[in-house]
Parts: sequence; structure tokens; C-alpha cells
Amino acid sequence: MRHTISVLVDNKPGVLARIAGLFSGRGFNIESLSVNETLDPTMSQMTIVTRGDDRVLEQITKQLNKLIDVIKVIDYEKGSENHIERELALIKVAVTEKCRAELLSIIEIFRCKVIDVGRSHYTVEVTGDENKLNAIIELLRPLGIREIVRSGRVTLQRETRVQ
Amino acid sequence: MFFNSLVQTREHQLKLKGAHILLECLKKEKVKAVFGYPGGSVLDIYHALSEHSIKHVLVRHEQAAVHAADGYARATGEVGVCLVTSGPGATNTVTGIATAYMDSIPLVILTGQVPTALIGNDAFQEADIVGITRPCTKHNYLVKNIAELPRIMREAFYIARSGRPGPVLIDLPKDIINQSAEFSYPEQVSIRSYKPTVKGNPRQIQRALDEIMQAAKPVIYAGGGVVLSNASPELQRLARQLSIPVTTTLMGLGCFPGTDPLCLGMLGMHGTFRANMAVTHCDLLIAVGARFDDRVTGDVRAFAPEAKIIHFDIDPTSISKNIKVHIPVVGDCREILKDCLAAIGTKKITRRARAAWLADIAEWKAGHTLDYTQGKAIKPQFVVEKLYELTRGDCIVSTEVGQNQMWAAQYFQFDRPRRWLTSGGLGTMGYGLPAALGAQVAFPKATVVDIAGDGSIQMNIQELATVAQYNLPVKIAILNNRCLGMVRQWQQLFYGKRYSHSTFEQHPDFVKLAEAYGAVGLRATRPDEVEPVIRKALAVKKPVIMDFVVEQEECVYPMVPAGAPISNMMLL
Ligand SMILES: Cc1cc2nc3c(=O)[nH]c(=O)nc-3n(C[C@H](O)[C@H](O)[C@H](O)COP(=O)(O)OP(=O)(O)OC[C@H]3O[C@@H](n4cnc5c(N)ncnc54)[C@H](O)[C@@H]3O)c2cc1C
Ligand SMILES: Cc1ncc(C[n+]2csc(CCOP(=O)(O)OP(=O)(O)O)c2C)c(N)n1
Ligand SMILES: [Mg+2]
Repeated sequence: MRHTISVLVDNKPGVLARIAGLFSGRGFNIESLSVNETLDPTMSQMTIVTRGDDRVLEQITKQLNKLIDVIKVIDYEKGSENHIERELALIKVAVTEKCRAELLSIIEIFRCKVIDVGRSHYTVEVTGDENKLNAIIELLRPLGIREIVRSGRVTLQRETRVQ
Repeated sequence: MFFNSLVQTREHQLKLKGAHILLECLKKEKVKAVFGYPGGSVLDIYHALSEHSIKHVLVRHEQAAVHAADGYARATGEVGVCLVTSGPGATNTVTGIATAYMDSIPLVILTGQVPTALIGNDAFQEADIVGITRPCTKHNYLVKNIAELPRIMREAFYIARSGRPGPVLIDLPKDIINQSAEFSYPEQVSIRSYKPTVKGNPRQIQRALDEIMQAAKPVIYAGGGVVLSNASPELQRLARQLSIPVTTTLMGLGCFPGTDPLCLGMLGMHGTFRANMAVTHCDLLIAVGARFDDRVTGDVRAFAPEAKIIHFDIDPTSISKNIKVHIPVVGDCREILKDCLAAIGTKKITRRARAAWLADIAEWKAGHTLDYTQGKAIKPQFVVEKLYELTRGDCIVSTEVGQNQMWAAQYFQFDRPRRWLTSGGLGTMGYGLPAALGAQVAFPKATVVDIAGDGSIQMNIQELATVAQYNLPVKIAILNNRCLGMVRQWQQLFYGKRYSHSTFEQHPDFVKLAEAYGAVGLRATRPDEVEPVIRKALAVKKPVIMDFVVEQEECVYPMVPAGAPISNMMLL
């Protein structure tokens, strides 16, 4: 099972190395990772996408909690934690006379932005959950993708809905 | 002019050099002994140390400094401290730190570092020791500002000894140690991200007690956590009040008296027949401060297959890591056991009420006791038995690693905790002599014996010079089988008797070696020489090597092949 884990840590040098070392040293894998400072500059927020069975995930969260610099760990897949997640991709896609219209309509449908225009390529910015990103990449692929960069995932807990 | 110098003197009174601050911090932590080795980056600290009241023991290798601090910590329950220089001094500590980490031993390791401005420049004797030790310390620090040194020291000692104990390393750049600052030691520690759970959850404790009170065939499986939390008295009360037999891990030896009728001895790969059978057939396993190590469980599917499992442990990662636990209680096991005893009150379960289960155990015990047959050659087990007999068990025992360690565990009876110093988790050859050294520094009057192998003893043999210099009368009993016995045993049993590179064709003369170092050397080659040699060694107030030339072919039994069910024991 794939899990998204949010880790609140002390914003200190070496913390990322501790987390990365924990994953590699114990044979856990990291599929994606993003790190950034929080509103409180003494803390950082990490979002880690990882994979494993229940026992492995239990160890991952416990081992993370055991690190002295870790303040809080949330496994979003556990229980009924409701959350929003987003990723960002920049896609450099070929543009020709023949397919310009198709490209623009895909961009429109997915509510992306063209952020750089070249003679033969457009760079498209898209944000969304993983499925959306995968879908647009599949649609653009036949047009000719030259390069893609994707960010790590970021997540936030949803506000509990007003009854 | 005059005014100026006045300000300066006032400043002088208030400000201290970093090296002095460091030593004042050690004093605040009531550190009595530091094990160390100097070098360029820590010269300022050594300079300050020469006029300070803290005792410093100059070892002969930094690995030994860490093992000595570790032996000191295990024997006293206090935090062990060592001090080494940057680069090679620091990297030499790694095996010692990993050893302490695996066995959850509280240490503070102080390493010198090149000046801040040179860090990252491949400076002379620079090593990224914080990076290197990240996976084998509980936590580590690089001090970047003299003002934070007292707080870091306070935190380091707190982290090392609280929760699940462990080694903490502090890297000290040379320029920082030379800066001056006002010294004030923080009264309290507050680390927002580190708050170990001490008290067990009352509902979980009640659930555990419900099971304990109604189990027909319970077993307590006690580990190093009982020693670390000084919970031995509470454990004994619980076991005796409810007539529950107790098996201990290698790390737990001594936390329940080895001579108590309820004691099953050690369990696991080289555990007793009765301990492994009791665990295999129990209906309730109460794990207290133990971590279900693979040397203990063997095949996890066949470990306590009929039992509900209760686990008291301070570290959530130990719980359900290898084996699913039914009733976990997170907390300090002494606190949890106290709460259990309070809840049980005067309720008792007598031995008579437990008769059927205790009879099963008695039968397993009668069926296969630990045994060996003495021939013309000295049997290593006989040496250990004699050591026990002639010291009346009143001594601190350290071990090296291998067969010597297992025979020490099997044939010496430990009635008290903190008398048994062995590298369990990492299995570090070369641990025993420096650990004995550290324990002897803590208890100068105690008898301290290192039960050693002829291979392992050579891994830190240089510490003979240290024990000789400081008049530490450590007794080293080498079970000299002229081979790497435990390796040879595996080759004999599982590798078709192909003894690939496990036999020594050349050994030093250990008697002469002892003498060369200023210690006493004695040798026994026949069974009847064993007792006189031990008596002589115990009588002299000097370090001694006893070279016992023992049977080479002897194997440690029982033995459970790696990964097999623990009921699947190869017996003598
Ligand atoms: C050659 C060789 C053979 C070996 N054979 C055996 C064998 O046959 N049998 C055997 O038992 N071992 C054997 N070992 C040792 C084995 O490798 C492990 O080191 C040992 O079994 C671990 O013991 P433990 O479970 O008590 O855990 P420890 O390593 O002592 O861990 C302590 C546990 O207690 C917890 N704890 C710490 N402090 C507290 C506290 N205050 N309150 C509550 N819990 C706390 C910790 O979180 C941890 O879970 C062998 C080692 C070697 C080198
Ligand atoms: C530093 C280190 N290297 C290698 C090993 C692997 N090893 C485990 S037991 C053993 C043999 C130890 O020989 P000796 O000290 O003579 O003890 P014996 O088993 O003969 O009693 C070896 C090599 C180890 N545990 N530690
Ligand atoms: Mg040997």
C-alpha cells in the first residue's frame, strides 16, 4: 500500500539527512519527498510518499517519531484522516501547426498554464493530484514530450466539514 | 586606563573558556570518570583537564575508550563519558558507539573537530563524524556556537539516560572550544520533540493484568530493559507473588536471580531446554523490556505459538516489530511493574495452584540440564563453573564474543543485575577487556573477570597497558581453544566441517605477553590446574591473564540452527 506521510520536524541542519538515512538504512523506500519551512520558521514540514504493508508502515511512523528532531507524524492513509494533496509538473511539449489546437484544448480542459513559449516547444505548468498529472502526461505524450519535471507531493489536512 | 582593566577583570570572572565550560558541564552532570585519548583538536580540553578534578583514564585505543565508558555505564547505571580527538580518533570510536547503541547503553561521546571555518575543506584530521554516527547514535550534535554548549551538554546527558537509553555524540570544533562565554548550566531540559512515555496506560495495564491473573501457563520473558530501568526488585516480586517462571535474554541475565527455582535460564539460540520448551508451550508470554531479537525467537511463526503476548517496553518501535503483540504497554517497565503490583495488592497465586505448569517445567529441566563431560583436556565449561564457584558469584563478569560468551552465560549464575557486561546486539569481539576496565574504574574493590576467547582478546589486547598503569586488577580468563570457536562450530555443524580460516596456527605466548605489559600471566593445561590458577589470580592485586588451554572441538549446546523454531534444539 502507498501512503502519504506528513512529518513536522525541527528546522535544523542535518534533519533531512536523518530522515533520509532512516529510510535507506532500514530498507524503507521514498517515492517522493518535499520539504519546506512552515509558518513557524523553527519548524519544517516534510511530505513523504512511501510504500509498504501495514507492519512496515507501522515501523516507519514509529521510527520517524523516535527521531529526536521529529515533532509530529501523520499517516494520511490511516484512519479517516481527510486530506488534500497536490503535485506540480512542468512539461515541455512539442508544438506543431497540426497539433496546436489539440494542445490548447488539453491545456484548457486541465486548467493548466503555458509558462514558456518557444519556437517548437511550449512549457506547460500543471498542478493537481497524482492522477490528474498522470492523465495529462498520457494525453500529451503522443504530441511529443521533450522533458518533464515533477515536484514532490504536498498535503494539508482538510477542515472538518460544517454540518 | 584603570576603569578599562576593571571591566576586564569583571569579564574575566564571568567568562570561561569553552574547554572549561565543557568540564564544568561534566561536573554538573556528576561525571566521575572520563575515558579518552588526546590529539590536536582536543589539546585545549586536555590542557584544562590537567587542572580539573575529573578523573581521566588514558586508554590505548579510542574504541576501548568507548567500551570502557560502556562497561562503566552498565555496571553503575550512570552515563559513561569519553573524549577523543577529531578524524581518526573519532572514527576509531564507531565500533564502540554501535555496540552501545545496539544494547541501549547511555553514553556521551565528545569528539574534537577541526575549526569551524575549515569544516568541509578536507582539513587535516577532518572526518564528518556527525554524519558517520547518525545511524548508530540516539542523537548527535555539532556545536556551532559556544553559547549553546551548556544546553547541548544538558540535552545530551538527558537524551542518553532517559527513555530508551543510548549513546549521544557531541562534535566540538577547536575554535569553539577556544571561545569564551558566560557559563550557566540550564536547570531544566525541554525538547519539544522528545517526551518519552514513562507511565503505562492504566487501561492497558488492567487488560494485561486480567490476562496474567487467569493464565494457566504463563512465562515472563525479561530482557535488558529490566536492567536498564532497575526494575529487578519489582520483577521478582511479581514473579514470586504469582508463581510465574522467568526466562531472561542474554541482556537480561541477572535481572532475575539465576539460582531462583522459578528461573528458567536464558532462552533462544543457546538457551536452556526448559526455557525454550516453556516459551513454546506457554499460554501467556509476558515480555518485559525485551525486543524479540532473532537470536531469541528463531522462526517467528513457531515462537510462543499458543500464547497471548503482553509486552512492556518504553520504545514503541520494539513493539510488534518482529512478532504481533496482543497487549502492548508503552512505558518504563519499572513504573509499569509498580502499577501492576499496586493493582494486584495482596492477591497471590501459589506454587501449588500453579503445580501442573511447574511440573511440566521440572520435567523439561530434569530431561536436559546443561552438561559436559570432562576428559583429559580442560573443558571450557568447567573453567566457567570453577570461576563461579571460587568467586562465589560475587564479581562483575564481562565477556568477549563467541563460545566463551555463551558458556559464560550458561554456566555462571547471575543473582544480581549490572554484574554482567556483554555485547549482545552487535556481538563485538574485543569488548570484554575494555568493558572490564571501565567497570573496575567504577568499582576499584570489586573482582572483575573478563571471560575471553583467544581470538577476541587480541582485538583490544593493548588495554593491558591501561589496566597495568592504573593498577586495575582485572582478571582475564582466556578459554584458549586456538581457534575462532564459534565460527568453527558453525563450520562443523553447517558447512561440512570445512574449517576455512578459523584456526590459529600462531598465537602469542599469553603468559609472557601479560608479563611484558606488567600484568601477571598464568597457564593451565590440565583440569587439575584450573582451580590453583584461579585461586592464584584472585589472590593477587594486579591484572592477570589466565591462559586456559581448553578442548578445541567443544561446541556450545543446546543450539537452535538459525531461523529454526526454538523448540528444535540440537542437544549434547
Ligand atoms: C554469539 C551470540 C549469541 C547470542 N545468543 C543469544 C541467545 O541464545 N539468547 C539470547 O537471549 N540472546 C542471544 N544473543 C544476544 C542477542 O543478539 C540480543 O542482543 C539479545 O537477545 C537482546 O536482548 P533483549 O531482548 O533483552 O534486548 P536489549 O537489546 O537489551 O533491549 C532492551 C529492550 O528493552 C527496552 N527498554 C529499554 N529501557 C527500558 C525501560 N526503561 N523500560 C522498558 N523497556 C525498556 C528497549 O526498548 C528494548 O526493547 C546472542 C548474541 C551473540 C553475540
Ligand atoms: C569484531 C568481530 N569480528 C568478527 C566477528 C565474528 N565472530 C563471532 S564469534 C567469532 C569467534 C571468536 O573467537 P574467540 O574470541 O576465540 O572465541 P571462541 O568462540 O573461540 O570462544 C567471530 C570471528 C565478531 N563477532 N566480531
Ligand atoms: Mg577461541
